[in-house]
Amino acid sequence: MDALLQGIGQVLNFQTLFLMFVGTIAGLTAGALPGLTATMAVALLVPFTFTMTSVTGLATMGAVYMAAIYGGCFSAILINTPGTPSSIGTCFDGYPMAKSGRGQEAVVGATVASVFGGLFGLVVLAFLAPPLARVALKFGPPEYFWVSVFGLSIIASLASKSLIKGLIGGVVGLLISTIGIAPIGGDVRFTFGQPMMQGGIDLVGALIGLFCISEVLSLIVQGTQSYEGVNVVHVSGVIMKTFRKVLSMPVNLIRSSVIGTVIGIIPGAGGSIANLVSYNEAVRGSKHPEKFGTGILDGVVATEAANNATVGGGLVPLLTLGVPGTPVDDSVNGALLIHGLRPGPELFTIHADVTYGFIFSLFLSTLMMLVVGLAIGTALHRLVSRLPLRLLVPSIVFLTIIGSYAIRNNTMDVFLMLACGFIGYILKEIEIHPAPIVLGLILGPLAEEGFAQSMLMAKAFPSPSHVFFGRPICIILIVMTVVSLTWPFVSAFLAKHRKGGTVNA
Amino acid sequence: MRAKTRLAVLGLAMLLVLGGFTVAVAAKYPDKPINYIICFNPGGESDLTARLQQKYLEEILGVKVVIQYKIGGGGATGWSELVRAKPDGYTIAGDNLPHTILQPLQRGDAGYKTEDLKRVYCFEATPNALLVRKDSPFKTLDDLIAYAKKYPEAVTIGGSASWSANHLGTIELEQAAGVKLTYIPFTGSGSAVPALLGGHVGALMSYTTMAAQYPDQMRVLAVAAEERSPVLPNAPTFRELGYDIVEGAYRGVSVPPGTPDEIVRVLADAFRKVNQNPEYIAKMKEMAFDIVDMGPAEYTAFVKDRIPYYTKLLRDVGAIK
Repeated sequence: MDALLQGIGQVLNFQTLFLMFVGTIAGLTAGALPGLTATMAVALLVPFTFTMTSVTGLATMGAVYMAAIYGGCFSAILINTPGTPSSIGTCFDGYPMAKSGRGQEAVVGATVASVFGGLFGLVVLAFLAPPLARVALKFGPPEYFWVSVFGLSIIASLASKSLIKGLIGGVVGLLISTIGIAPIGGDVRFTFGQPMMQGGIDLVGALIGLFCISEVLSLIVQGTQSYEGVNVVHVSGVIMKTFRKVLSMPVNLIRSSVIGTVIGIIPGAGGSIANLVSYNEAVRGSKHPEKFGTGILDGVVATEAANNATVGGGLVPLLTLGVPGTPVDDSVNGALLIHGLRPGPELFTIHADVTYGFIFSLFLSTLMMLVVGLAIGTALHRLVSRLPLRLLVPSIVFLTIIGSYAIRNNTMDVFLMLACGFIGYILKEIEIHPAPIVLGLILGPLAEEGFAQSMLMAKAFPSPSHVFFGRPICIILIVMTVVSLTWPFVSAFLAKHRKGGTVNA
Repeated sequence: MRAKTRLAVLGLAMLLVLGGFTVAVAAKYPDKPINYIICFNPGGESDLTARLQQKYLEEILGVKVVIQYKIGGGGATGWSELVRAKPDGYTIAGDNLPHTILQPLQRGDAGYKTEDLKRVYCFEATPNALLVRKDSPFKTLDDLIAYAKKYPEAVTIGGSASWSANHLGTIELEQAAGVKLTYIPFTGSGSAVPALLGGHVGALMSYTTMAAQYPDQMRVLAVAAEERSPVLPNAPTFRELGYDIVEGAYRGVSVPPGTPDEIVRVLADAFRKVNQNPEYIAKMKEMAFDIVDMGPAEYTAFVKDRIPYYTKLLRDVGAIK
């Protein structure tokens, strides 16, 4: 208790609060800019924390982390470009909302959901960390393989119109993910003799191309005059109305937050997977699944609650075991080490004041994000919706080029991004949505690693089936995959059956 | 006479100008920001070290040092860009051993040749360490080797990446002890840790830094260094246990081929001074890095020395012809 109060005391001073405020704005900006991800933002901040006390440094970093994951929603909603991989799913409904003049509602809804998800993950971190961290370790290579197979099964619901086209998109994504050095074995694959291709296609660059450039191309081809169409709705009191609307979907909020927290806890995964899984479950749990993708608030709420919940979730294994839960936590780990704080049990005994101070500061920065986010979000929305297309499109293209270069400081990435944009446009014309492609791109390496590592593990067993089918979590994941794949057929059958039943009676 | 004097004066003036000019050129470096390329993810060992060095380098060199990430291909993307950069000392890159030897050997065209990197300074090392869980039945290295003799390939060893210091360390152990192990590569030293803690692999071939980070959860069976590591004084070396294995990762900094020796010297002096800074040393110790000091000549010779050794090792296991 003493340590808790001491930790809180170290946060509640002008300097720390001010830095957290600055960190929130910086994080929002980094998140909203395509190409600058949360991982990058936190990494760039690490050297600045040297000169601060441990608590101040961690609090500032936490504020940047939380805000950057959330900031991705702005570009997703306003210009159909996920600012970070954590907000891919936010494009699906957020952008259609913006296009039909309800951008402000989408931004406010995303903010409320992000704050809820963020707080949910942090509550779990504060009260349930040690037992959950032990569960995280149960995930080995075979479990990761099945997690990615389960993830790929989402294609069934992401590809709303045609399953075949969804599967084609998924395969394209999987194939793109094989370019470069193999994660296991180190073979050189599909680089066409270009050494610069050894790094493969970067996910963020592909995201920018597939979502943003392809959309810009359609805008140009359609010859639209204004980005949002004509009827921009600036309803007064939209903030309070949306607040109530979001809070009236508690099932969605809690389900998405749980998904985000759990995926955060599993080491290696993170917001990019959490937001898509959560979107999928929101579609499946909804009474009107057909409306998803046309611009409904439920979709935005699902993805944004989930990605911010990964912050608290990802810190669970990091703080208790020293195992980073999400890619951003690798940078957090570095900052902890530089401050002489070794993640693990020591953090809760010797350095308890620092740890509790850090967790407390995360709660505060989530609330700060609510205020700052609403202000910045509304302003950004106004700006984007008022800019004429002939100014907006060049600015967006400029941003995407800078963004795709910034990821790895590689000119090749700019060309690959543009190529992805053209491919994305053509595929969209034949109704292959970019979402399954991205899903394949994210899950391909994870599935490949899991599979190759499991096959190697199997050398210690009589046959590989012991590894793939003999472990309890694997069996659960396989059942989930089968259910997920057959769900559309089963639900259709049940609906038909029920109808038939009532007719007979 | 007057003409001669004039000529002499002119000559003297020219000499002075020229002389002054050369002095100015030498004193001029560095006079603008230096780009320090890091070829691995933010938060990794290379990045952490560079971030620590940054402040001190800026103090010593008097210019900004900008850290840039060029990630991909296990470092190869960054290194192939370095060797094509302008050799003016304003582009430097963190370089790693054995990566910069093994990639050109094993990949055919990695985009750079080992010798292309002009070595400036090698500042740290992380020797390999063989780690098991605290509750593992393998109490000593002999336990593990005895089991591996009885059940070939049944002992799984996790490590960071394929054809890396960890991978080669495992191969060297197999050769030295005459056993068959199963090496399972992970995408980084960090991502192999949960696999050990969760019991998905039998042991880890990792670095001493990892052993120091998880003292409560892991036991060190042996360290692949010439001497015991100062951060793990109780862990025996492989040599003490009768296996002649010294392997690990070395981190240094390189410049593009053709960079003038003058500039290399300025940079090497700066990195040497950072290595002597007590504050820096303390931070490095906290993170369990071994501080190494190899100047340009020594570092280049060290690399040259390792090439035939790795070539033979890769040939022995059939990775190259």
